[in-house]
Amino acid sequence: MTDINTSAQDGREAGAVEQLARDDVERKRFLKMAGKGVGGAAIATSLGAFIAACGSSSGGSSGSTGAAAATGSTTATTTMSASSTAMSTDLQIVNYALTLEYLESEFYAKVGASGLFKGSTLKTLKLFGGEESEHVVALHKVAMSLGKPAAKPTGKFPIKSASQVAKLAASVENLGAAAYLGQAARIKSKEVLAAALSIHSIEARHAATLNLLTKQDPTPNGAFAKPMTMAQVLKVVKPFIA
Amino acid sequence: MTTHDPISPELGAVEVHGVTRASFLLKGALGAGALLGASAVTPFVSNALAASASSDIDILNFALTLEYLETDFYQSKAKQIGLSGEAKTYAKSFGEEEAAHVAALTKAIKAAGGRPVKKPTFSFPVHDQKSFLKLAYTLENVGVGAYNGAGPSLKSKQLLVAAGEIVQIEARHAATVAVITGESITPHGAFDKPLTTKQVLAKAGPLIKG
Repeated sequence: MTDINTSAQDGREAGAVEQLARDDVERKRFLKMAGKGVGGAAIATSLGAFIAACGSSSGGSSGSTGAAAATGSTTATTTMSASSTAMSTDLQIVNYALTLEYLESEFYAKVGASGLFKGSTLKTLKLFGGEESEHVVALHKVAMSLGKPAAKPTGKFPIKSASQVAKLAASVENLGAAAYLGQAARIKSKEVLAAALSIHSIEARHAATLNLLTKQDPTPNGAFAKPMTMAQVLKVVKPFIA
Repeated sequence: MTTHDPISPELGAVEVHGVTRASFLLKGALGAGALLGASAVTPFVSNALAASASSDIDILNFALTLEYLETDFYQSKAKQIGLSGEAKTYAKSFGEEEAAHVAALTKAIKAAGGRPVKKPTFSFPVHDQKSFLKLAYTLENVGVGAYNGAGPSLKSKQLLVAAGEIVQIEARHAATVAVITGESITPHGAFDKPLTTKQVLAKAGPLIKG
């Protein structure tokens, strides 16, 4: 098949994800304001619950958020409960994506260092690894603006031969694309959704490229991509976490 | 290539809430495009966009127009030019996939009580395989930007998933064309750029004749 070429990248602009991270300031201001005003133990409790809820999920390995338990019902908290649950779900999703991106980034770093590839293929793999690292940075920032970011996992990847690694890379990217697609409907914030969409299509580009490299169909599911649930994805990913 | 059920389950089961409007021809959408384009100052999502007159059906019709365009390009224009090798192989399978998008979007619009836009007439200023592939690259990337731009404005979550299932395919197409032509696989770097309707129309509009 044709060599994969990597031509120079266009200049990158501040994107959805960076904008979202900047909103961190706005979110903190909101929290400050929400804590003032009416006063009383009830509001303080709900604010505490709000913060606790937003910081409660890490890794996103299960479907539960803890927000339901943490968000108590107190006065004037309907908005708070709704927004804290929303934020908590979004945080869970962002941390899930962050975890996957950490793993992808580590995988590509190992692949790049393996000595198994050269020329334009190596260039492409390094390009993709760099992009996954950018996803890590951005998603980490977004997670910080929502609460507590997931911890970096330790991955373990079999690196045996060029053909085995290329196939694994293709699987990983196809999985990543399906993972983002599987969360799109669950994301509450339009900004987080825009950021997720801007990453989802990158994973798709990576997946198609690696499918071609490994002589597979660039659209293995035909005209409509297939989403995967968090549970399905994490099941596939589990063997790659040390 | 394997064949798959061309109808996405989400598009088949869609229920669109809210005001149903009669669809309008793409030229008429230029008015809406200007309205939507005003929100370009906050390109990633804007409350203005969410609260705007743009219904889910309008968005679907916009997408349908682009899918008609891509289908015509891969099926009619490609035949006119006469492609060879990988270009021929992918034009065929991508054309089938875009046609499936047309069918699914048409069905979804009807299911939502809207009127699908009629297939426009297109004109593609390309004359050989090289210029064909260059335009293919542009169109697929515009498609990615269009769906990513419109996605957050969709009120229906089912339609959002459907749009996601489609945009992923457009991105895969874009990457494939990049690989066979030597263009950049990720022209926007690590984050794809959402496009406003106005930006999409700037690229696609000139190709639409009526």
